[in-house]
Amino acid sequence: MGPGFGFLIVFLAVPLALVLSYTVFRRGRFGGVVYEATGENFTRLIDPLYLDVVIGSVKLATITTLLALLLAYPTAYMIARLPAKWKVIALVAVVLPFWTNFLIRTYAWIVLLNSEGLVNSGLDALGLGKIELLYSDGAIVAGLLYAYLPLMILPLYSAIERLDPQLREASANLGARPIRTFWSVTLPLSLPGVLTGCVFVFVPSLGNFVIPELLGGGRRIMVGNLIRDQFLKARDWPFGSVLALSVIGVLVLLLFAQAWASRRVGRDA
Amino acid sequence: MRKNRKQGNGWLRLPFWLTYVFLYVPIAVVVLMSFNRNKSPYAWGGFSLRWYGQLLENEKIREGLINTLIVAFGSTVLSTVLGTLLAVGLARYNKSRMLDALSTMPALLPDLVLAIGLLIFYAAVKMTLGLHSVLIAHTVFGMAFVTAVVRARLNHADTSMEEASRDLGATPVTTFMRITLPTLAPGILAGALLAFTLSIDEFVIAFFTAAPTQPTLPIVIYSMVRFGVTPEINALATLLLAVSFTVVIAAQRMTKLTEALS
Repeated sequence: MGPGFGFLIVFLAVPLALVLSYTVFRRGRFGGVVYEATGENFTRLIDPLYLDVVIGSVKLATITTLLALLLAYPTAYMIARLPAKWKVIALVAVVLPFWTNFLIRTYAWIVLLNSEGLVNSGLDALGLGKIELLYSDGAIVAGLLYAYLPLMILPLYSAIERLDPQLREASANLGARPIRTFWSVTLPLSLPGVLTGCVFVFVPSLGNFVIPELLGGGRRIMVGNLIRDQFLKARDWPFGSVLALSVIGVLVLLLFAQAWASRRVGRDA
Repeated sequence: MRKNRKQGNGWLRLPFWLTYVFLYVPIAVVVLMSFNRNKSPYAWGGFSLRWYGQLLENEKIREGLINTLIVAFGSTVLSTVLGTLLAVGLARYNKSRMLDALSTMPALLPDLVLAIGLLIFYAAVKMTLGLHSVLIAHTVFGMAFVTAVVRARLNHADTSMEEASRDLGATPVTTFMRITLPTLAPGILAGALLAFTLSIDEFVIAFFTAAPTQPTLPIVIYSMVRFGVTPEINALATLLLAVSFTVVIAAQRMTKLTEALS
């Protein structure tokens, strides 16, 4: 255990501690910090310029998460009902795209949405004319959804799979319609899975800087782009650290919500 | 009754198939385009392998690929050894939740946060960036997955064999080498494959911790993709898809096979 643990202390705990400590220092001229305490980095978060970026990113990440949930829940539900052999195939088919290069998957959407691309050719053939699809918020959401959908399906699947079918049957036998059974039995019991999926989609969507750049054409700046720019362009490491810390804050908050939901379901069941 | 319920779920087929169409159509289009003779990537001009030929002559891609393979092999070996030791230690000798959290953290943490943390760290200790800095970063990342997979296997493993070995007078090292390690082999193998594929595809952390003169393949792809669609990238994408698909399916088969043997 020793060497593995030592490695993690040096290359994980110490770097994270450094990020944390950098949030309270003044920026150095060429990156790094000057060891002078200041609260400025935090107050800059509510500067309208940056607040807009934060609100815009939260909006896009929320839309992505909701769309993912809408598509993933019925899919996971269906997979859980498949015969064992088909179940494995359906699950591998969900995971496969996820194991392919993330840049390639994003690139595929440039090919699809390009003004000469498949979607536009289709629209043109239908006589609807071409529209600018690439370089928009919609393209960013499509790219984020494509990148993280499997991460929503998998936890939902394992939550739904674990449900006792007798509970649904009991609900039906007591005269509940399928919709009612879904809202009062299936959904509440699968809530931990729903929240896990939301963490897995929402947090990386916030921190992604590649998709907004490649599919949004740089018109929309998200938190991820802002963090990248603080480190690689603006050389304002303390402010970049504050932004990173807020992403971690969101992550921790959502994880607590997830733990709370699992405990509740554990007690009820 | 039963028939009724089946009909009630029928509409679920729509989002179910929609998911798979959504997941595979973009990939299929790229693969198809890679075999297109036409220079304009959007009109079909007949089947051709010319873009694959051009790809092989691309110096930058070849360099990126070599760098990526060096990093992936190095970090896989390191993270497999360190991750296995950590998993055994955590499962057998330590019940600290702090260490537990630390070992899974890289898998949960957004890659961007880990990337800037390491960038700050390397700058603070005045380490020059190069392939070694990416290799270390990928080891941190890969270790979390190796540890998780090996631990899952350990939790199911029977401890009585280890006890018997110790009772018969074997040293802890002998017990580890002859009992623990063979039982864990399928988990270790799966973890190593996972670490390897993750490292090959990893972009964000490499982007922050690589030297500009030694880019990994994803960094090369990024700089190409920024300038739009080219048939060469379609060909490269298809090759990478083929590699990932083969590795994932092979891993699936292999874990099944080794589990059946043990």
